[in-house]
Amino acid sequence: MSETTTTEAAAASAVKQTTGATIELENLTKRYPGSSEPAVEAVNMEIKAGELVIFVGPSGCGKSTTLKMINRLIEPTGGRIRIDGEDVTDMDPVKLRRKVGYAIQSSGLFPHMTVAQNIALVPKMIGWSKPRIKDRVEEMLDLVGLDPAEFRGRYPRQLSGGQQQRVGVARALAADPPVLLMDEPFGAVDPITRDHLQDELIRLQHELHKTIVFVTHDFDEAIKLGDRIAVLRERSHIAQFDTPEAILTNPADDFVSGFVGAGAALKRLNLTRVRDVEVRDYPTVTVDDPLQEIFNKLRDGTTNELLLLDKRGRPYKWLRRGDLMRARGSLARAGSLVHDTVTRDATLRDALEAVLTESAGRVAVTGRRGEYTGVVDMETLMNSVHELLEQDRLDAIEHQHDLQDQRAEQTHRAQEGEGAGFREEES
Amino acid sequence: MNFWDYLGSRHEQLLADAFQHASAVFQCMVIATLLGILIGVVTYRSEWAGNLATLTTSTILTVPSLALIGLLIPIVGLGVPPTVIALTLYGLLPIVRNSIVGLRGVDPALVDAAKGIGMSRTARLFKVELPLAWPPILTGIRVSTQMLMGIAAIAAYASGPGLGNEIFRGIGSLGSKNALNQVLAGTLGIVVLALLFDAAYVLIGRLTISRGIRV
Repeated sequence: MSETTTTEAAAASAVKQTTGATIELENLTKRYPGSSEPAVEAVNMEIKAGELVIFVGPSGCGKSTTLKMINRLIEPTGGRIRIDGEDVTDMDPVKLRRKVGYAIQSSGLFPHMTVAQNIALVPKMIGWSKPRIKDRVEEMLDLVGLDPAEFRGRYPRQLSGGQQQRVGVARALAADPPVLLMDEPFGAVDPITRDHLQDELIRLQHELHKTIVFVTHDFDEAIKLGDRIAVLRERSHIAQFDTPEAILTNPADDFVSGFVGAGAALKRLNLTRVRDVEVRDYPTVTVDDPLQEIFNKLRDGTTNELLLLDKRGRPYKWLRRGDLMRARGSLARAGSLVHDTVTRDATLRDALEAVLTESAGRVAVTGRRGEYTGVVDMETLMNSVHELLEQDRLDAIEHQHDLQDQRAEQTHRAQEGEGAGFREEES
Repeated sequence: MNFWDYLGSRHEQLLADAFQHASAVFQCMVIATLLGILIGVVTYRSEWAGNLATLTTSTILTVPSLALIGLLIPIVGLGVPPTVIALTLYGLLPIVRNSIVGLRGVDPALVDAAKGIGMSRTARLFKVELPLAWPPILTGIRVSTQMLMGIAAIAAYASGPGLGNEIFRGIGSLGSKNALNQVLAGTLGIVVLALLFDAAYVLIGRLTISRGIRV
């Protein structure tokens, strides 16, 4: 089976940009000879197609081992792995790995090959034609935000850490595998670059809908990226496998809450964006308005403060009552400059940060070209956080009920099934 | 007769000897390189096999060349066979040792990455491990060649080819008027050959070591 089917499948998926494949782990176990305890013990997990699942846990908990068993870099000693329903536990590992993208810490680029050669490796191995490979390399570089003309011929050592990591991801995705495994891929880059790369990954996943399994020990990274997070404890025991919201608001046990760490409510702010909360209107004036009108607006008593917009409608200054008097009627000298604005895509955490630093106690929300669209203030933030936490709590409780119902139903069906079997045998 | 006159009158003989010398070293280096890298590839993964290979080849190197050739004569006779065998054996050590060190020095994360993207064992070896280990291996080949240049001179003792004949003739007729010229011509010839080979290796390095890992 396989060489042809694999190539065809890869080719087909390249055309229609498929979503990912499901991954099922069933009693997956790794026992190293000579140690009494297994390194990974009976992991059961179902990962949906197109889902980004994070394995997070303390070092030495077996998360990396579990990941490497999916593409059988580490051969499991027990259990099954199914990708897209197909049992791959006994398949030729070399063929399996060509269907599963793999990106590792510090990129794993081959230093003696150019960027283009690195990316072309897998397509070459599965027998793509030269022109197709060339096009694909360009496409992949574009996808990860590097200019093909500039970077194609470079060697890895001529790239920054962040750029290397991008090329590493491009290489992993070159043959359009339905599944992508990432082993602490952003562990070795500086925090600012890591933040960028995380944003990129979110964008990529938005376009590609691969099934991604991502290993990290950084819980904040897990919350930021994951559709679902598996918190693993020693021997890869799953302490909790749920959405970030559920883990933050309703940690399954002390281990998980210990790992979530302090400030769960603050972390929750990362999961909600400004567009999800109420953006209020605020009285504004523009620099083109006559001074008298601005005076009148400030004096008629509905507000203590105005937001002054510049010629293109962008937030410029906060004007308080009296500011104009003190500045003797000069708009250029009056009021305090707007330091920080947020867009509708910013997280509530960014918004909170901005509210705390802005002297006005509120932050202006801007549109695509920086134009004013509304404000968010402390009160809005507090109300929405309370609502969010309350909602999460309700969801979690409901979720637990669902699980209990499911289990009850399963047991029920299992019992019935057995009964039916008996009757058939008897008749 | 001074040295320059001697060179002028004997240049044909000297060039022929030099050519034979170079050719013998070159051919033995090709065999030693292939054999050495092969031994390296077969043994580098296992701690003891690698050490055994290094130990064996370094033991061979401790046998004096004259003695080794002397020992080979009763087995394979005179002339080319003992020369080739001795030179190849001596050439092995630096290549085997550097192959093993080079292959073991390849970053395990890269081997892991190569495996992870679906390279077969052979592809990993030829596309990743050997290219990355190539600079130290080439250094080993270079050292080997320098060494063989000198050792090849001893081959004349077993009636082998090369500039060694010139030196041996000179030593054999010490006191005669051309003795010193003969020894000098043979020695200098070897030095010049060694320098030429070294220049060739610099060129080979330029051409075969990827720009991405060149220091």
